[in-house]
Amino acid sequence: MSKQENTENKKFSIWDLPDVPMGQLPPHLQLQRTRVVCKADAPIHTDNIIYSGAYASMGIDNSVHLGSFRDNFKVEVIRLTKDDMEFDMIGIDAAIANSFRRILISELPTMAIEKVLIANNTSLIQDEVLSHRLGLIPISADPRLFEYLSANDTPNEKNTIVFKLHVRCKRGEPRRTVYSEELKWLPNGSEFIKESEKVDTKPSTYTSFTCSQDSLQNSSSKPIGPAEDKIILAKLGPGQEIELEAHAVKGIGKTHAKWSPVATAWYRMLPEVVLLEDVEDETAEELKKKCPVNVFDIEDIGNGKKRATVARPRACTLCRECIRGEEWDKRVALRRVKDHFIFTIESAGALPPEVLFPEAVKILEDKCERVITELS
Amino acid sequence: MELGSLQDPSKATFSFVDEDHTLANAVRFSLNQDPRVSFCGYSIPHPSDARVNIRVQTTGDPAREVLKDGCQNLMLMCQHVRSIFDKAVDDCRKNNHMEMETSIDD
Repeated sequence: MSKQENTENKKFSIWDLPDVPMGQLPPHLQLQRTRVVCKADAPIHTDNIIYSGAYASMGIDNSVHLGSFRDNFKVEVIRLTKDDMEFDMIGIDAAIANSFRRILISELPTMAIEKVLIANNTSLIQDEVLSHRLGLIPISADPRLFEYLSANDTPNEKNTIVFKLHVRCKRGEPRRTVYSEELKWLPNGSEFIKESEKVDTKPSTYTSFTCSQDSLQNSSSKPIGPAEDKIILAKLGPGQEIELEAHAVKGIGKTHAKWSPVATAWYRMLPEVVLLEDVEDETAEELKKKCPVNVFDIEDIGNGKKRATVARPRACTLCRECIRGEEWDKRVALRRVKDHFIFTIESAGALPPEVLFPEAVKILEDKCERVITELS
Repeated sequence: MELGSLQDPSKATFSFVDEDHTLANAVRFSLNQDPRVSFCGYSIPHPSDARVNIRVQTTGDPAREVLKDGCQNLMLMCQHVRSIFDKAVDDCRKNNHMEMETSIDD
């Protein structure tokens, strides 16, 4: 008997022990790597372990190869409307998801009113305040069709969109409101004649269009103009008048927020609510009541017994109400999945959200390409 | 964009002008995924300077090439993200269309 044991001992290898990781991290490290754990006082393991050799001592490769990224990356569209979309982006690092978000907010170009030529403004609102308001109007025009206007350029049909606003409130009429829909697009450029010293020269305007911009507009797309019709620009009393021309140019949100194509773009990590033990009967009722967003449901398990279940983890706001109080943190674990992002884009109106996102990704690609060409 | 390096090509600091966390953090991530990289980090020396410094130290390969590969990798990832996203949007549209059709039939 003892001899047999001896022979077994000889064959024994440390790699046969059950707790030796076989190409997989031990569960507690795997949890640290893939989840943010929300404790009652603060979240822990919030950092992403991105170094490829982080677990090298355990014989585990932490790098993400392009092939495995391709296999695991998923996108699911949850909601898609005219100017708002929500989608799940699964299997990507926060560094890249955050780059997309930052680009959406500050580096995607749009058109916005930058120059306002005021011919007449007898309304209460001052010229500069009115100009600022005009600048903030989202313009529905595809910025990809235009070029940037640099300091020495003359405004032409490739870099400028001209709008005219001429409104008057006649004497004897009630006060009226000026809406953004009254901005009229001038596809042939400025109509204001530049004052020149020489009398003989041909009258020139503030833009030098060589052709009309009509061709920019195909029948299917939205007409060039303000994205919203009912933005209040000013209010006119009897006898007051506004006459002006507004020149919209291409720019990015970094320069001024008026060029940002999104109202906001944000993401949150997928909440994961785990019941660590069976929560039954009164405690189940208590748990259901504790949650203000109704994450938990109660199911009947027969014999008049009830058990709490996690029905709507996506609704969880991580208010941590359910882990407050004695013992509760032993029953419920609140976690966030580190590589699952619920991404929301609210477009301001220039481009639809499902176009904005690929454009943002393209900009990151361009940045990489610039670095590569610079280095080679 | 400029390159500051010593005699040893496996360690270098790259200074990108007109870039910020957007690119630097993504590049840092992609470089850290490369087993040839022993260290990679970035810093923005001054917030009012549009400049970011990326430090790359490798196990022997020239840092410049490794950085190029990192960018290339990031670019391929982006292309994949775009194709998958477009597919997901198409699928969503198709499904919605079908739902609308069925609701009309009802």
